[in-house]
Amino acid sequence: MIDPGKVLATFCINGEEQACAFVSHRTLLEVLREDLQLTGTKHGCELGECGACTVQINGVPVLSCLMLAVDAIGQQIRTVEGLADGPALHPLQDAFADLGAAQCGYCTPGLLMTAEALIARDPCPSREAIKQGLAGNLCRCTGYLKIFEAVELAAARMRGENPVPKRETIYGS
Amino acid sequence: MLRLPAFTYYRPKTATAAVALKQAHGKDAMFVAGGTDLYPNMKRRQQTPLHVVSLQDIEELHLVEVQKDGSVAIGAMAHLTALEMHPYLQAHFPALAHAIAEISTPLLRNMGTIGGNLLLDTRCNYYDQTHEWRESISFCMKKDGDICWVAPGSPRCWAVQSSDTVPVVCAMEAEVELVSPLGTRRIKADDLYRDDGIQYLTKQPEELLTRIILPAPGSWKASYLKLRRRGTFDFPVLGVGVCLWFDADGIVKKANIRLGGVGSYAIPATDSERLLVGNPLTDELIAAAGTAAMKPARAMDNTDLDVYWRKKVAPVFVARALRACR
Amino acid sequence: MVLDDPRLADAAAGQASAKWRHDVKKEDLRVIGTAIRKVDARSKVSGLTRFADDLSLPRMIYMKLLRSTQAHARIKRVDVSKAKAVPGVKGILTGEDLPTPFGILPVSQDEHALCPDKVRFVGDPVVAIAALTEDAAWDACRLVEVDYEPLHTIGSIKEAVEHEEPRIHDYGVRGNIHRLENLEFGDLAAGFAASDHIREDTFFFEGNTHLPMEQHASLAHFDKDGKLTIWSSTQTPHYLHKALARVLHPLPAHHIRVIACPNGGGFGGKSDPFNHEICAAKMSMLTGRPVKISLTREEVFFCHRGRHPVLMHARIGVSKTGRIKALDFHSLLDGGAYGSYGTASTFYTGALQTVTYAVENYHFRGARLFTNKAPCGPKRGHGTVQPRFALEVQLDKIACDLKLDPAQMRIDNLAPRDSLTANFLQIGSMGLMQCINKVVDGSGWKTRRGLQERTADGRIRGLGIACSSYLSGAGLPIYWNGMPHSGVQLKLDRSGLVTVFCGSTDIGQGSDSVLTWIIAEVLGIDPLGMRVVTSDTDLTPVDLGSYSSRVTVMTGNAAMQAAERAREILAKGASEQLQVPVARLTFADARVFDSENPDKGMSFADAVIAAESRFGTIGTVGSYTPPKSAAKFRGGGVGPSPSYSYSATVVEVEVDPETGIYRVPKVWMAHDIGRALNAAVAMGQIEGSVYMGLGEAMMEEMAYRDRSHKGHRIFVHKIPSLLEYKSPSTMEMPEVVTYVVEDPDKNGPFGAKEVGQGPLLPIMPAVANAIFDAVGVRVDEVPITPEKVFAALVQKRAGKVGRYGPDELPPVNFGDSLKIKTPWQGGDGTAWNEPKRDKKAAR
Repeated sequence: MIDPGKVLATFCINGEEQACAFVSHRTLLEVLREDLQLTGTKHGCELGECGACTVQINGVPVLSCLMLAVDAIGQQIRTVEGLADGPALHPLQDAFADLGAAQCGYCTPGLLMTAEALIARDPCPSREAIKQGLAGNLCRCTGYLKIFEAVELAAARMRGENPVPKRETIYGS
Repeated sequence: MLRLPAFTYYRPKTATAAVALKQAHGKDAMFVAGGTDLYPNMKRRQQTPLHVVSLQDIEELHLVEVQKDGSVAIGAMAHLTALEMHPYLQAHFPALAHAIAEISTPLLRNMGTIGGNLLLDTRCNYYDQTHEWRESISFCMKKDGDICWVAPGSPRCWAVQSSDTVPVVCAMEAEVELVSPLGTRRIKADDLYRDDGIQYLTKQPEELLTRIILPAPGSWKASYLKLRRRGTFDFPVLGVGVCLWFDADGIVKKANIRLGGVGSYAIPATDSERLLVGNPLTDELIAAAGTAAMKPARAMDNTDLDVYWRKKVAPVFVARALRACR
Repeated sequence: MVLDDPRLADAAAGQASAKWRHDVKKEDLRVIGTAIRKVDARSKVSGLTRFADDLSLPRMIYMKLLRSTQAHARIKRVDVSKAKAVPGVKGILTGEDLPTPFGILPVSQDEHALCPDKVRFVGDPVVAIAALTEDAAWDACRLVEVDYEPLHTIGSIKEAVEHEEPRIHDYGVRGNIHRLENLEFGDLAAGFAASDHIREDTFFFEGNTHLPMEQHASLAHFDKDGKLTIWSSTQTPHYLHKALARVLHPLPAHHIRVIACPNGGGFGGKSDPFNHEICAAKMSMLTGRPVKISLTREEVFFCHRGRHPVLMHARIGVSKTGRIKALDFHSLLDGGAYGSYGTASTFYTGALQTVTYAVENYHFRGARLFTNKAPCGPKRGHGTVQPRFALEVQLDKIACDLKLDPAQMRIDNLAPRDSLTANFLQIGSMGLMQCINKVVDGSGWKTRRGLQERTADGRIRGLGIACSSYLSGAGLPIYWNGMPHSGVQLKLDRSGLVTVFCGSTDIGQGSDSVLTWIIAEVLGIDPLGMRVVTSDTDLTPVDLGSYSSRVTVMTGNAAMQAAERAREILAKGASEQLQVPVARLTFADARVFDSENPDKGMSFADAVIAAESRFGTIGTVGSYTPPKSAAKFRGGGVGPSPSYSYSATVVEVEVDPETGIYRVPKVWMAHDIGRALNAAVAMGQIEGSVYMGLGEAMMEEMAYRDRSHKGHRIFVHKIPSLLEYKSPSTMEMPEVVTYVVEDPDKNGPFGAKEVGQGPLLPIMPAVANAIFDAVGVRVDEVPITPEKVFAALVQKRAGKVGRYGPDELPPVNFGDSLKIKTPWQGGDGTAWNEPKRDKKAAR
C-alpha cells in the first residue's frame, strides 16, 4: 500500500539511477519534468490524447501522463535526453534535423521515442507501418511528411546503408 | 497541467487480495488495469476514488491460454498490443484482433488491457469533460448533477458504450469470468452489460473481471466495422460486431449483430438477425438485413458526428460487416 | 560601438546591395537556397529547447484562473474568503486589482485581465489564485463564490444581428455590431451590365482554432530591483510589452522585460496579449515570488483567437470567357466575445480577392458581430481564408456554367504582375501562372478530371483546383507610429563570432534561422556558427512579431541592411591590411579575399580584428519599414504588403457515394515563394499548410453546445479537447507533391516572399471542387464533413439541387459605401465621397 504521502524512490532513467522524493499520486510525466528537471518530455493534454509525453518503459513507448511514477520504479525509463549516446546525435535525431522534421519541436521528443521503438522492432519499416506506428503522436506543424521521411532515412542509416535524401524531399518536384 | 487527485494506491499480488481490498473500501475504491480510462477520468474528476487497486502485479491475469478445444482464455490484464499481435488470435479470431487494433492509438494499446476495454466507462460529451466544464452545465446525472442533458426529460443516463471489443465479443458469444468473495462465476459477455449509462454493468462492485473466454473456432465467422472520424485516436461512434454461424451449405444457422457506439450497451440488431437465419448470404439479403438495422441504431447527440447521419449510414455499415463474413 | 552615420551607411548599403538584389543568380549564392539545418535543429531534436513551461525558478508558485461558467452574465458578487484560507495560497487577484482594459488593437481596448463586472463567454477569467502547488491553487478556485446575474446569450451571427440588446460591449457601431465596412471600387452597375453571366452564391465557413501542441504558459518574476521579467509563449513580445506597460501602470515600461520563449506552435494563436500573462505579472508583483501558469488544453480553446465563422454572399458578373467584370462580396463575421484583431480580420475578408484575378469593379461589405463565444482573431491566413473558399468555389461553378476548364479560366483571369488592383494593392512578382501549370501538369488534370473513376472499394475519384495569394507582412503596424517594423543589431567579436540581436520570435517557422542565412550569405560565414539572440525586449531591437507572414521579408531586410553595413566596415579594414581595393574583396567560406587572387586574403576573424583595430568595437544596425501604400482611403491600411505570395493546388478525393465519407489520397501544391531561402524549410511550411488546410476542410470546427432546459440556456465550447476537436493524424495525411516556384520579388531579401500561410488557403475550396468533380454535389460550407456530402447526395438523388450550404444572410444595414475610383478609372487611391456613416445614419 502506498499512502497519499511522499514516496522516496530511485528510478533508472536513461541507464542511470536517480533518487527522488515525490507525492505518490504524481504521474511519471510530472516527476520527470518537475522533480527531476527532465523537461525534454513534453505535454499537450495530460489525458493521453496527443502523444507529446511519450517515453519508453523497458523499450515500449507509453504515455507518461497516464502512468503513475510509482509504477515506473524498477523499470528502465528512457527519455529523449537519453536518446543520444555521447556528443553525437542519435541517427533519428540527425535525420529529423536534416529534413526539418522538427518545426516547433514540441511534439518531437514524443515522436522520437515512438519512432525509436518502431525501428527497434522493424528495422525496415514501410511507409504504411510508419504511419500506423506514429498514429498516436499528433503534430500540428509538419503534416508528418518530413517525419515519415526522416524515420525512413534514419532506419536506412541504422541498417548501415548510406542513403541520400531524395531531391524532391528537400527541393520539391 | 491536469493532475490526479490524491488517493491511496495498492498493488496486490493475487485476485483474492484485490477483491478483498475492494470489498474493504467499498465505493471509495476502484480497480485500475492500464489506467488509460480511469486516470483521465480522475484528472477530470469524473471518478474520484480514494483507494485505487492496481491489478498489474497479479500474474495470472496476464496469461493468454489456448485450450485444447481451440478456445482461448485471455487474462483481463493482457495488453491490447500483445493481443493485437498474438499469432493465434490473428489466425483464428481475426475480427477480434482487428477490433483491438482499431482501439485508440498504438501508445494507448501499449498501456491498455482487454479487461479495461471491456469495462470501459460509458462515454458522453456532456460527461467526458473537465470539472470546470461540467460546472458550466451544472453537471449531469452521471456525475454530480440531476439531469441527462442528452434527453433532459429522461429519467436515465444516455452515456454510450464505446468499446471496440464489446460488440465483437458479445456477437461471438464469448464468456467472462468474475471473481468475488462469494466465488467465481462465468457469464455470457452479453449478460455483463445493461442498458443504462450509469449502471452499465451487471458486474457487482466487488467483483473482479479476471478472464474472457473466446469460443473455439468452428463453422462461424465474425467481423467488426468501425465508424469514426479519424483512422486513429477516436472511439467508435458506430461499431458493428457481427458473428454468423453457417451450415455446410452456407446457410446462416445463427446470426448475432451488435451495434456499439449507439447506445449504453451493444445493441442487438434482432430484426436483421432474424432475416438472416435460414438463408444464404446473398447481396439482397445483406441489403435487407442492413436496412433493418436502422431502427435499433438509436444514436444520440452525445458523441462525434451527426446523430441523424449516423443512423442513416448504419445500414451501410451493417451490410459491409455482413459482407466481410462471406 | 561604431555609430554609423546612417546617411553614409545607406549610401554604402546602396552600393553593396547591388550584389544582393532579388535577381542575383542562384549559382552566385552559397547559403541561400541550400537545404541546411535550422540553427536550432539540434536543440529541438534533443529536447533541450526551453519552452515557457520548461522554466522554473526558486520559490516559484503556481497560478490558476477561475473562469466564468456563464456565457453572458453580470457579476454580482465575488467572495474569495474561503479560498484565502486554503493552506498554501499565497495570492488572490480579482477584477478590481487590474482595472485598466487592454487589447491588441488601439481601437478595441475591450479586455480585462479579470472580468470586473461582466463575463462574456464560458471561460472568461474572473479570479486568479496562486499557491505553493497547482493542486492547492485549483482547490482554492473551487471555493471562490461568484454570484452571476445571467444575461441573454448571443450565440450566432443571426442572433447578433437580430438582438441589439443586450449589448455584449458598450462600444462598436450599434447593437452587437462591432465593425461595419462598405467599400466600393469602380462602377458595379456598369460592371454587371457588361457581364455575360451573373451568379450569386452563399457560403459559410465555420470557425476553427490553431491548436498548437504547446499549451500557453508564462513565468513572471518581479525582482527585488522592482523590475519585472516575463517569459511567455507569445508570438508578439513587443505587443505584450506594450499591454503590460499599459495595465501595470505606473510600473515604467523600461522596468518590464518580455522574453518570448520558442513557441511550441503558434499559427496566430499566441499573437494577442493574454489574461494569464498579465495576471502572472501582477501576481508576482503582489507576492514577490516567481509565478508560473501553464494552461490546460481546455483553457487554450478558451484563449482561441482563431478563425472567425463567416457567412458570405457573393454576386459575380463575368464575360463569356470568365473574366470578372464585377464582384459584389458581402461577409458577416462571428467575432466572439472580444475585439482582438477583429477590425483587421473584417477588412481582410474583403482585401485579397483582387490580388489573384483581375477584378474590374469591386464592392465589399463586411460586418463583425459580437457573440458569447471565445474571441476570434488571426489564424494562419487571417481573414482571407473564408472569402478565398467562397471565391474559388464560385469560380468553379462559373467554369461549370460556361463549360470552361477551371484551370484555364483562372489563367485567363490572372491579375498582371507589377500592377495596382482595383483596391490599390501593389502587386509585384506574380508566379501564379507557373503554379497553376505545375499542378495541372503534375496531377494529369487535363486527362483525369471528370472521369469519375471507381476505386477498388467502390469510391468515386475527383479532382479539384483552387488558387490563392497571401501577404508577406502587413503594410502597417498594429498601432500608429513612424518607426521601423523590424530592427536588427549585429555584434562582431574578435573570435569571428557574429551575434545577431532581433526582436523576432521563432514559433517553429524558422525565423531565427532566416536571420542567420541572410547574414551568413552577406558576410560569407557559416550560419550554424552564429549566435542568435531573439525576442527579448531588454536585449533585442523591436520587431513587431511573428504574425502576418512578415518575418522573412521584414526582419530579413533589416538583417540584410545590418549585415551589409558590417561588411562595409570589415571591407575597409581588410582592404587596408591586404592592400586590395574594397570593390575586389569577396566574403566567402569564412574568409575575406581578393576575388582576382583568392590566395590573398584573411580569415573572417582576422578581418574583424583588422576592422576593430581601426574603428573600435564593431556593431551595426539594420531596420525595415515597408513601402508606402497607394491606398489612401479609410480602411486602405489592411491589405497592402511589400509583396504577395501565390499558390495553386489540385486535390484528389475519393468519395464513398453510400455514406458521403471521403478521403484525400493525394495533393499537388505549387507555391510562388519569390525565392526559397532554404528549400527544405520552405517545403516544411508548405506541407504543414496543406495539413492544416485539410484539417479545416475535412473536420476541424469550434462547435458550441447550445441547449436549454427550464429556461436555462447552456452555451459552451462543445469539444475543448485534443480527442474531440479533430486534428488530422498520420492516417489522414495524403501524399503531397510540392513545387517550390521562385518568382523573385524586388521587395524581398534575395527576392523572398512569404510561405508560412499562403499554401493553406486553396486547400478547402479545392476539396469542395474535387467532391463536385467526383459526385456532382456542392458543399458550400466548411468543414466539408461526410454528413454534408451525404445530405447533398440525398438531395441530388431526390432530383433536387445537390447542394449543402446556407441560403441567405440576415439583413444588415451597411449604409452608404465609401466610393473609390479604380486605377484604370484614373483613381488616386482616395475616396470621392463622404458617406454618412455615423451611428445614427447607419441605424
